[in-house]
Amino acid sequence: MEILLLLGAPLVGGALLAVFGYRRWAPELGVAASLTTFLAAAALTARVIRDGPITTFGHQFFIDSFNVVLVALTSFVALTTAIFSRPYMRIEAHRGKVTVGALRLYHAMFQIFTFTMLLALTTNNMGILWVAMEAATLSTVLLVSLYRTPESIEAAWKYFILASVGIAQALFGTILLYFAAEKVLGSGGTALLWTDLNQVKGSLEPTVMSLAFVFLLVGYGTKVELVPVHNWLPDAHAEGPTPISAVLSGLLLNVALYAVVRGKVITDGALRSPFAGNLMMGFGLLSVVVAAFLLWRQRDIKRLFAYSSIEHMGIATFAFGMGGVAGTFGALLHMTMHSLTKSAIFFAVGHAAQKSGTQIMDDIRGLIRTNPTIGWGLMLGAIAILGMPPFGVFASEFIIITTAMREQPWATPFLLVALGTAFAAIFGKVQPMVFGETALPRLPHPPALVPVFVHLLIVLILGIYIPPYLADWYRQAAALIG
Amino acid sequence: MTAAGALYQLVQSLLVVAAAPLLVGWVNACRAWLQNRSAPSLLQPYRMLRKLFHKDAALAENTSWVFRFAPYVIFGCMWLAAAIVPVLATDLPFATAADVIALVGIFAVARVFISLAAMDVGTAFGTLGARREMLIGALAEPALLIVFFNLSLISQSTSLTTIVETLARREFGLYPSLAFAAVAFLMVLLAENARIPVDNPATHLELTMVHEALILEYSARHLALIEWASAIKLFAYFAIGIAFFLPWGIAEAGDWGALPLAIVAVVAKLVVAGAGLALLEAVSAKMRIFRVPEFVATAFMLATLGLLLQYVFEV
Amino acid sequence: MSLSGQLINVLAAILLLIAFAMLSQRRILSLIELYAWQGVVLSASTFVVAYSTGQGDLYFSGVLTALLKVIVLPWILYRLIHRLNVRWDVETLINIPTIMLIGIALVIFAFNLAQPISAMAGAVTRSTLGIATACVLLAFLMMITRRKAVSVVIGFLAMENGLLFAATSATYGMPMVVELGIALDVLVGTFIFGIFFFHIRETFDSLDVRHMEKLKED
Repeated sequence: MEILLLLGAPLVGGALLAVFGYRRWAPELGVAASLTTFLAAAALTARVIRDGPITTFGHQFFIDSFNVVLVALTSFVALTTAIFSRPYMRIEAHRGKVTVGALRLYHAMFQIFTFTMLLALTTNNMGILWVAMEAATLSTVLLVSLYRTPESIEAAWKYFILASVGIAQALFGTILLYFAAEKVLGSGGTALLWTDLNQVKGSLEPTVMSLAFVFLLVGYGTKVELVPVHNWLPDAHAEGPTPISAVLSGLLLNVALYAVVRGKVITDGALRSPFAGNLMMGFGLLSVVVAAFLLWRQRDIKRLFAYSSIEHMGIATFAFGMGGVAGTFGALLHMTMHSLTKSAIFFAVGHAAQKSGTQIMDDIRGLIRTNPTIGWGLMLGAIAILGMPPFGVFASEFIIITTAMREQPWATPFLLVALGTAFAAIFGKVQPMVFGETALPRLPHPPALVPVFVHLLIVLILGIYIPPYLADWYRQAAALIG
Repeated sequence: MTAAGALYQLVQSLLVVAAAPLLVGWVNACRAWLQNRSAPSLLQPYRMLRKLFHKDAALAENTSWVFRFAPYVIFGCMWLAAAIVPVLATDLPFATAADVIALVGIFAVARVFISLAAMDVGTAFGTLGARREMLIGALAEPALLIVFFNLSLISQSTSLTTIVETLARREFGLYPSLAFAAVAFLMVLLAENARIPVDNPATHLELTMVHEALILEYSARHLALIEWASAIKLFAYFAIGIAFFLPWGIAEAGDWGALPLAIVAVVAKLVVAGAGLALLEAVSAKMRIFRVPEFVATAFMLATLGLLLQYVFEV
Repeated sequence: MSLSGQLINVLAAILLLIAFAMLSQRRILSLIELYAWQGVVLSASTFVVAYSTGQGDLYFSGVLTALLKVIVLPWILYRLIHRLNVRWDVETLINIPTIMLIGIALVIFAFNLAQPISAMAGAVTRSTLGIATACVLLAFLMMITRRKAVSVVIGFLAMENGLLFAATSATYGMPMVVELGIALDVLVGTFIFGIFFFHIRETFDSLDVRHMEKLKED
């Protein structure tokens, strides 16, 4: 029942907004839809924690403690983003950057995007998972080009083409998966159901499965932003509206990584060798290192944090690849922390860019004076994402690195060097933006940055103290995939 | 090798040389009909050869022996090629010695000599023709080789007779690889025999000519030999095409009783194929010389695809 | 080999041939025609597989393919190039012999990739997985080599055709709900691409994707 509400709310919300998106109350309607989604997710989470995994609608949907983490996270960030975009998009409209029609498109597509992500997370069918991932691309591509500037059109085109090509590889992987499964489960509806696959994974043909996993990893990896298939993300982030950067970074990458991990579980069972894990570790580590060094070269603030997303998704991918309860626990925690922190940062960055009228970091100076709220939001967010101790990212990175030291000692130096580089790069760039000298006067209106501080507060609390039931929940999830 | 075989080989070799101009005459006549012209006599090529043989040869002052020697080499190569292709029967004494790779080699020797001879004179046209000939040959020759490999893969042999026998006995079925090879072969045939989409020997347009540019300096008996060799080359290509892609009706080893039927079959196939070639030439337009590499590359691609498909389908 | 097996092989070969033809076709209108032909071959092969394996689902899938890929999508594309007035556009700057040689290399790669798997496929369709993979790679090559946005998109659609062929030939079709979802995605994707063409042209006054290579690392 909760699933129906969970998926229905954004879908109906999207449809309504497509019709009534012109109205003044359209953003509030969007918030209401997101709130309903969030409440449904909360109810679903409570039920899964209480009763264990659920399958419904003829096994078409499957929720266990692994994906319910992401469902809760997704609906929460979607809600705060909806709240954030209400004033943000109004300001953009006032400044004449978007038309009323574009606003309608924005609000409707945002709901549809939420729907596709939740569908991808809750479905039990690997084929539907693919369909939902492709639909997620389709629903965001017009949002990236919302401003209709040449750069945004180019960014959206790149995103569209790269993501589509990538996702086509994932479809091939899915076909191969079905090919292997059909031999065991027989053709028909059940051979792509993850729960069924999970039961027979030991008897799936290893050659086919290894090839299928390679294609799935490359395909969904395009969306996780693994180096070398990462090129679209910085452009899309820099040129699209900020709330979209926040959900792309905070949510879409997670969902794509979720798809890869689902594939990995099956592949591991079929191969009985660490092939899939090794691939993920390799790609993850490569992403971390490359992204950390590319951070130095960035001049655009949104591109900077886009590369930071690549780096963090690399860490999570590496941790999933390492496997084991500890590694997976760390990866899940890291995904959660990164989503919350990165979306908070983008909210702050959005307002900072809006106030300064530019995204070039050299031109943004002295935020703490012109607008202390934004300044502190950005500073705290940057500190959090860099893994400074009181914040949750520190906890997850700590778990991952200590696990890596024990399980994969060769990888630790790479990770440490990359993290150090990233720290120096980001901190060195954010510090003058916040504390530098500026001639601009203090802005008259304080922005509404409640979501930023709510996110950062959660990250802070989780960094200091993870409640036992939450730890249990994550451990359960980790055990499922481990 | 039997005495009958040797005799037959002799007869075929002479017959091919004698009949080749007739085939050219037939193609020309068909083309004339398709273009609503009144056709020349089927014997027109013979008359031209006789005329040329009766003239005195004129040689440029700075030609070397290559220039004089080349027509004989080319004629000899083509004759040899036509002699080893199984036209009517598969039991040929020569054919056991020669296989498809040798066949391609023989064509290559002729190509090298005609290009050398064209450059030997030192005129701009000769060099230009040689260059274009090599441009086409560089892709057409591998394409031809791969067409042959295609067939070798089916028959597990590169010997001409074995290939033809295997193909003739094969049960009827749909063979995409053979179809690809056949189309590729047809394209190579057009390119190698200076036929219309690639070259038009009826004109001397410097922008497009290939074959005519090569032989521009030849006259009299040298020219006659070269023209005759071209006719034999066309005949040889036709014979190869028929033997490989339409082999039904060929007389197999020792089966001399089937020979009359085989003769009828081959003549009928040649007539149809000649008319088909004329039709193809009538409906297609001459392409720009820069497009020719694309044309030949397509032939190469088709042949390779055929080979790959053969590999995939049969394994 | 059974007749249906031979028919599938022939259709697969034609599909591969069309992929090569698309690779070397310069005119956009002809590209769309080739795409429609690919749809015809695809649905024909689906029907043959359906007939020889007796799977009723596949008939629906074949009808769906025929409707979507022979009629609807080519029509949309045709309307698009008509509205964009690029019907007679010809692309320059492609070296066809080189591209064909690369294409052949890709086919060899694809066949090798698929060989261990096709050994396990059903008897009717054992050799087609390699061809499907080759079609996917060739379409990918086409996307890389093309400069016009419309051709890039046709390349993408051709790639999806290759994947669909893999699905029907190697696995006798995906579950119906998945196929419907894929079809919906492709349809919506084409619409969005269509909207996009207008945005691109409005912004850059041309549909050449070379205008869209400005965003780079400094």
